[in-house]
Amino acid sequence: MSMTEFLTLLLLIAGAFFYIAGTVGLLRFPDIYSRLHALTKADNLGLGLIIVGLALQADSLTVIFKLILIWLLVLLASASVAHMVARSAQQKGIKPWTR
Amino acid sequence: MTLLQWAFDGLLGITLIWLAWRTLASADLFKAIVLFIAFGLLMSLAWVRLNAPDIALAEAAIGAGLTGALLLVALARLNVVAAQTGDIESNTKQISAPEDSARTTAVVGQGVSNKHNLFQYFLVLMLSAVAAGLAYAVLSLPSEAPGLSRDVAENLNVSGVSNPVTAVLLNFRGYDTLLEMAVLLLALLGVWSLNRLPEQYESSPGLVLDMLSRLLVPLLLLVAGYLLWVGSRAPGGAFQAGSVLAAAGVLLLLAGWRPAARFLGWPLRFALIIGLAVFVSVALLMMLPGGQLLQLPPAFAGALILLIETAATLSIGVTLAALFYGSRPRSEQIPPHHTGSGGENE
Repeated sequence: MSMTEFLTLLLLIAGAFFYIAGTVGLLRFPDIYSRLHALTKADNLGLGLIIVGLALQADSLTVIFKLILIWLLVLLASASVAHMVARSAQQKGIKPWTR
Repeated sequence: MTLLQWAFDGLLGITLIWLAWRTLASADLFKAIVLFIAFGLLMSLAWVRLNAPDIALAEAAIGAGLTGALLLVALARLNVVAAQTGDIESNTKQISAPEDSARTTAVVGQGVSNKHNLFQYFLVLMLSAVAAGLAYAVLSLPSEAPGLSRDVAENLNVSGVSNPVTAVLLNFRGYDTLLEMAVLLLALLGVWSLNRLPEQYESSPGLVLDMLSRLLVPLLLLVAGYLLWVGSRAPGGAFQAGSVLAAAGVLLLLAGWRPAARFLGWPLRFALIIGLAVFVSVALLMMLPGGQLLQLPPAFAGALILLIETAATLSIGVTLAALFYGSRPRSEQIPPHHTGSGGENE
């Protein structure tokens, strides 16, 4: 296995780990705000790692740019959507969870 | 196929069936819509696994994205209507859960309930017959069906494009696509002929959505243009590009933008019919030199397909966005807070 393949594998596994962590957070965290936090933060990092891992295997610069564009779009969308969901939850009067 | 692929495909198939069942069985309409969107996304993954990226694109954009948006906006309006008539609970429940209405009938009268049960058995019987027929049809197919892909591949060089899917959609079976465009337009006319919704004025639901639409709409326009252009040689084309265009429209509508009243008269109608009009004109013009309807001469086929697809993209995008808007927008009277202000455009 070459060096880039090893790096790709490492990055993909790390990315999958963050996706799993985000999913566990979504299922296990107590309220909507912490769930949103788990979902957006962990998934964005996980996707970033997977994108870098895939970019190492890309044949051309175009593919790399497209992959980066996907990551940026998901970052933009998930940050905005998380904000909007959290704001509408707050306007509905859902109180953040406290211990 | 390796074991891993078998496992992935099996998991995908089971998840699809499970999601479809959950979507139908869910009593909560909102949940059902979210499940339906998830179903659409996984369905497009299934199309990718079947080596059909064109359908995957269309499924993701139209099946999951725009249909999901249409269903969500319909649910929001349903809730408004139900709140106005005062029985939001019973209304949504009756629509969402047929078991509930069955239970209500059971309370009303035993006789009615028996009839209902008999009808249900009859339905089960009919559905089983249909399922058995389908199973027989699938099982009696030859295991190696040549299909028409070889004919398409042989004639690809006279089609004007190098993407076989576009060649079939716009050239070999152009008639189907033409009728699909007509169906889309008819659907919008059907929606427009219903009652008008209360007029929706320009509003500003929030900075974030505003900024998001400003960043994404130019990009969506670029992607739509790219999909249209690339459709001649790779997955893409008018329907995919049109649905991306419609997504830009939906985003703008959600961000509170409304087209100016002067664009809602003939400019809107022009955009709605241009796709069908260009398609029909090209189809008829081909008959002039003695050809048949929709018979594109190989020399100009590429240019003609691009012309048809460009017009179709615009029409599909505007039609789908207009479907999302819901009712026929008013063009005759200028809304009160628009008078005198020049702020109709962003």
